[in-house]
Amino acid sequence: MAKKVAFLQGNEAAAQGALYAGCKFFAGYPITPSTEVAEVMSAELPKIGGKFIQMEDEIGAMAAILGASLTGTKVLTSTSGPGLSLKQELIGYGCIAEIPCVIFNVMRGGPSTGMPTGPSQSDVMCAKWGTHGDHPAICLVPASVQETYEEMVRAFNLAEKYRTPVMVMPDEIVAHMRERIVFPEQGELEVINRTAPTVPPEQYKPYDTSFGDVPPLAAYGSGYKYHVTGLNKMQDGFPTTKAEIVQAEEERQIRKVEANKADIMKWEEYLVDDAEIVVVAYGSTSRSARFAVNEARKNGVKAGLFRLQTFWPFPEERLLELSKKVKAFITPEMNLGMCHGVVKGCIEGNAPVLGIFRVDGEPINPGQIVDKMKEVK
Amino acid sequence: MAFDYDKYIRPGKLPHIWCPGCGHGIVMKGLIRAIDTVGLDTKNTAIVSGIGCASRLPGYMDCCTLHTAHGRAAAFATGVKMAKPEMDVILVGGDGDGTAIGGNHFIHACRRNINMTYIILNNKIYGMTGGQFSPATPTGAKASTTPYGNPDPAFDIAKLAIGAGATFVARGTSFHANQIDKLIAEAIQHKGFSVVEILDDCPTTYGRRNKFKSVVEMMNHLKDIAVPVKAAEKMSPEQLEGKILTGVLFKEERPEYTSEYAKVIERAKAAK
Repeated sequence: MAKKVAFLQGNEAAAQGALYAGCKFFAGYPITPSTEVAEVMSAELPKIGGKFIQMEDEIGAMAAILGASLTGTKVLTSTSGPGLSLKQELIGYGCIAEIPCVIFNVMRGGPSTGMPTGPSQSDVMCAKWGTHGDHPAICLVPASVQETYEEMVRAFNLAEKYRTPVMVMPDEIVAHMRERIVFPEQGELEVINRTAPTVPPEQYKPYDTSFGDVPPLAAYGSGYKYHVTGLNKMQDGFPTTKAEIVQAEEERQIRKVEANKADIMKWEEYLVDDAEIVVVAYGSTSRSARFAVNEARKNGVKAGLFRLQTFWPFPEERLLELSKKVKAFITPEMNLGMCHGVVKGCIEGNAPVLGIFRVDGEPINPGQIVDKMKEVK
Repeated sequence: MAFDYDKYIRPGKLPHIWCPGCGHGIVMKGLIRAIDTVGLDTKNTAIVSGIGCASRLPGYMDCCTLHTAHGRAAAFATGVKMAKPEMDVILVGGDGDGTAIGGNHFIHACRRNINMTYIILNNKIYGMTGGQFSPATPTGAKASTTPYGNPDPAFDIAKLAIGAGATFVARGTSFHANQIDKLIAEAIQHKGFSVVEILDDCPTTYGRRNKFKSVVEMMNHLKDIAVPVKAAEKMSPEQLEGKILTGVLFKEERPEYTSEYAKVIERAKAAK
């Protein structure tokens, strides 16, 4: 049987991907350019007995999904720059209390209100450093409508598997453009659900590390009574200031992601094997970069594309490896050098990193990247 | 036989953090008696709080307990209740947590009339941070950040709740301990968003700055200013000067949010 095909917008695909993953609860607040996600969820969720709620503000939306997740429900919120800033405290709450949730953030111009309808890639650092304190960070950066759908499914899987907030952050171009999408059939993509406890309720501890770095999470109302707090906590969920426990728990939360980087990270290498110039790009910018690499190859320039699909964790080791054999990296991005700085930080000075930075609300075009390649000596 | 509070308290989690003379323990005992009266199943009861002294209350209760971020109890609780309407959801918190940083979530929970009970322990001060003035601190009162007297007018929290759309609003005091459980029990049984404001005292950060010589004096003050709503009907405006009304202040029936959303689900399924 032929697969179902549609002509969809990135935001619509994100909502459809969330539904495929089993999302049953959405809380949000209207914000351009991500509102279509909320609109689709408000129409689709009640059809399957799910719940949609438009909250009084961005913080309330983040709080509501965390509360809903504790009942054993897969949850989503969507937002954009200013909303991401507002949600930060509670994203940290989700990290320390280890509550699975997905935050879909469309990157628009900033800081502050910035350019609400202009594309940007300037939230990628906010995804890792926005909330205070040390915490794990997972951030996926899709580059097409199809990929937005599939990465949404993966985002829910990662959130459930590692009991932590996961961000999916397309730029405004990916979120608003329309493309052909082929829907996966039921069962075609893996769907992961959080591990529920098997111990009797009186023995249950919500952060019991005898089950590994990701302890089972009981649903409220399933017979398990336990405590959740944003304070540094012990295995039973109650607050502590005991130095050795706080240190061990913080390190475990980071380790959940760091020790599983190979499972979480995803990138694409296009013509990288013999490349002398490697363009490191993500989101819509990576589409211009692919075009530029093809153009350069026609002119005999050995160029390649390293396309980030996961921004956090960042593939530091692979870029360090490549840095030993390339002449230069080029980092085109719609910000003033965020990925640029991260690449420089992980290649130990082995190669120059040339940046192309735009924050004028215009996409980076292939010509700019081809021109930059000419600067490589 | 004496009431057995222990069966509702988490083993090993006492003593509590509250100072000697604090009224919060009196309210907690009232809440426990109310839960017992109504017969709530603790496995299906969520107690949600924000940040502050009062917000530590859920941790002592043997239920599904959620100690959230400052001001966010109502929004977290809304998520719990929407996702699992069959759970009973009770919110607990202080005046600053609920009506300053959490004011927006508070009024919107009232407006939605979502079936939860919010117990606000109003001690008129931010106690945990050392006694800064809150939206409930009386004008002229001394706090650590109003050394020359508070220039701000105070919220009437019960009126705020009524104005925002809560369908059950009651007020008690920690002096009137025997009334607390009755007000909370009635609030829990009410279908809709119910608010129970309990005036209590912080002798440590409010009393000593505001010329209360002892906890007894603060308790007597609560006794003196409280007037039951029924009694107030027969009193003149002059007689009511400086008094606060206690008892059930407001009650009405209005469509409840999770029931209304159940109808949305029915309509969506019918339209499919």
